[in-house]
Amino acid sequence: MRTLPIFKRAKTEAFLESAAKDINYSSQWKLIYMKFKRHKLARISLIVLGVLYFVALFAQFIAPYSLQSYDSKYVNAPPMTLRFVDADGKFHLRPFVYELKSARDPDTMRKIFVSDTEKRYALKWFVQGEEYKFLGMFKTKLHLFGVEQPGRLFMFGTDAMGRDMFSRIVLGSQISLSIPLVGVGISFVLGLIIGGISGYFGGWLDSIIQRIIEIIRSFPTLPLWMALSAAIPPRVPVVTMYLYIVIIFALIGWTDLARVVRGKFISLKNEDYVVAAKIAGVGNTKIIVKHLLPGFMSYLVVATTLAIPNMILSETAMSFLGLGIRSPATSWGVLLQEAQKVENVALYPWKLIPLGIVVLTVLAYNFLGDGLRDAADPYKK
Amino acid sequence: MSKPILDVVSLNKSFEVKSKKTLWGKPTRVQVLQDISFQLYEGETLSIVGESGCGKTTLGRCIVKGISASSGEVNYMTEEGDTVDFLKLKGKEAKKLRKDIQMIFQDPYSSLSPRMSVFDIIAEPLVANFKLKKSEIEEKVAEIASQTGLNVSYLRRYPHAFSGGQRQRIAIARALIMQPRLIVCDEAVSALDVSIQAQIINLLKDLQESFKITYIFISHDLSIVQNISDRVAVMHLGKVVELAPSEAMFSRPLHPYTEALMSAVPQPDPERKKDRIILEGEVPNPANPPSGCHFHPRCAYRTDKCVQQVPELREVDNGHFSACHYAGELNLKGVQANEAKRA
Repeated sequence: MRTLPIFKRAKTEAFLESAAKDINYSSQWKLIYMKFKRHKLARISLIVLGVLYFVALFAQFIAPYSLQSYDSKYVNAPPMTLRFVDADGKFHLRPFVYELKSARDPDTMRKIFVSDTEKRYALKWFVQGEEYKFLGMFKTKLHLFGVEQPGRLFMFGTDAMGRDMFSRIVLGSQISLSIPLVGVGISFVLGLIIGGISGYFGGWLDSIIQRIIEIIRSFPTLPLWMALSAAIPPRVPVVTMYLYIVIIFALIGWTDLARVVRGKFISLKNEDYVVAAKIAGVGNTKIIVKHLLPGFMSYLVVATTLAIPNMILSETAMSFLGLGIRSPATSWGVLLQEAQKVENVALYPWKLIPLGIVVLTVLAYNFLGDGLRDAADPYKK
Repeated sequence: MSKPILDVVSLNKSFEVKSKKTLWGKPTRVQVLQDISFQLYEGETLSIVGESGCGKTTLGRCIVKGISASSGEVNYMTEEGDTVDFLKLKGKEAKKLRKDIQMIFQDPYSSLSPRMSVFDIIAEPLVANFKLKKSEIEEKVAEIASQTGLNVSYLRRYPHAFSGGQRQRIAIARALIMQPRLIVCDEAVSALDVSIQAQIINLLKDLQESFKITYIFISHDLSIVQNISDRVAVMHLGKVVELAPSEAMFSRPLHPYTEALMSAVPQPDPERKKDRIILEGEVPNPANPPSGCHFHPRCAYRTDKCVQQVPELREVDNGHFSACHYAGELNLKGVQANEAKRA
């Protein structure tokens, strides 16, 4: 028998290169990628999320101050302006900040901050500051940027205890961006397995699973969270406690995905190409892995992407209600909770910056999910 | 005629249909296949014809175990000459005989996974059933691909790069790769346009000659059926109503339903006066079939006997079976062979 040139040529690089460009040789994921690339908003969102997660990963390094650091001299200080030109009109290449002096507003007698133009602190890269553990591995005092002691840098102002808002937002993102992933991950696995069983095998098993899902879905969630946060012993560290809550969250949240997965399994298992595989003698496991899962994996990716912002929002909602993280541990929800007084809106609007970050993150996730959804089924015209 | 390769004995298939009216209501059963029995001889082409919804596809799928039959036997005679019930096979033996009976699907668009390259699609049965080296698989796939007229250098492409005719060739290549003895062609050419139909049919015929394959050819296109089949079975509402050698069937049908089907075959001669039999009424609901002969509401020759008694499929002529009370008594029109046969 002849061996045909295709099999040899496929191994050479030149061939692979030309094949990579040809849509006819493109696999599903490649087609998805090609379509996704055309979605501009989704690409931007991906970059935004990349930056956010990068910041969260190196939060201790990027934040100038730690969570414990506070300064009663600077309570409710407004964001500092980075300047290039000083009071004498002289231009400095290196941006700097003035020290803040507290004063009284002559009209309202309210405490305000004014810049002390005498004391100038230049912004510097890689300054020594408070000690922390870099990526939890080794101790260092190095921070990405900051000003020399005794100067202070409050890019987003301070809160009612004189803590730097910027540092808190950056450090809070660690919890706000990571724990939802845990929750989504758990519900993803549960939904996939339980929904898959329900859809593939059908029959009485399917009926039982569907009834259980209905029962779980009919739980009112708010009282449930309250009960849970009361039930968890107070001595448990806050972050661990919050992790528990999110896990319980996920134990409720998998039902949505399970239903989608079940539906997909049911519709796909009667597709001709699945029956064809069955007739060809392909085993159950192989059919599921090779034919059914790839058939809706793209939808799962979309569903998951769209589930993450929900988790982020519910984290903020729970912290906002005082059920989740508590100070001094910080998440965006905690920051929002502290900002919920009306005086903040009127007098200290910088305390609402975390809100903007949450909106940015959720929007980015939604746009990303949007782009993925458009790209998810490359075979649909 | 040679020995039977397949003996289908009273095959039944019913589907449960849930009634939407009540929550706990008992599901109604729709009998899609009723007591189907026929024999299939090695090397022949048996066509199964009938209108949409009569159970042709279900029958095909039951035989290849694409769906499981409710009851009945499909006795398969293996190459060694043993007779086994193909439907009841389990485990190793099932795996061993699996390769002997394959299927070609109607729609070449839905029967090929869009997520696998054509090479992987054709190789899938091999990979699933045999432990072969990569080079052996490549060799076999290339051989079968060139036999089915596929350009071998396109095999690394995905199905979306192919036309309908090419896709159907891919499907045929997949069915052939295990060298089956029997292939169920479920409307294998209906989705294709006429020129490609001819190509594919010629291909199937050539393959039949070179590999001694037996075909069950499910179709609703009678002109193709007349062209290629040795015997024809006519199905109506889940039952075989007539089974006969092709020539006898087309020249002298013995069931009024067959006559009506025949009259629908387009005639290439515009001079010839058309006397089509238009069946009145709709196809009866299989969930609630009519009494007696299922065809009686639409039959021009019906009597009281047809309404009350269920006719049996009986041998009227030599090898010519019909399920009509008046088979042989009625003078039914067929198709003149020389007129309908394609050039």
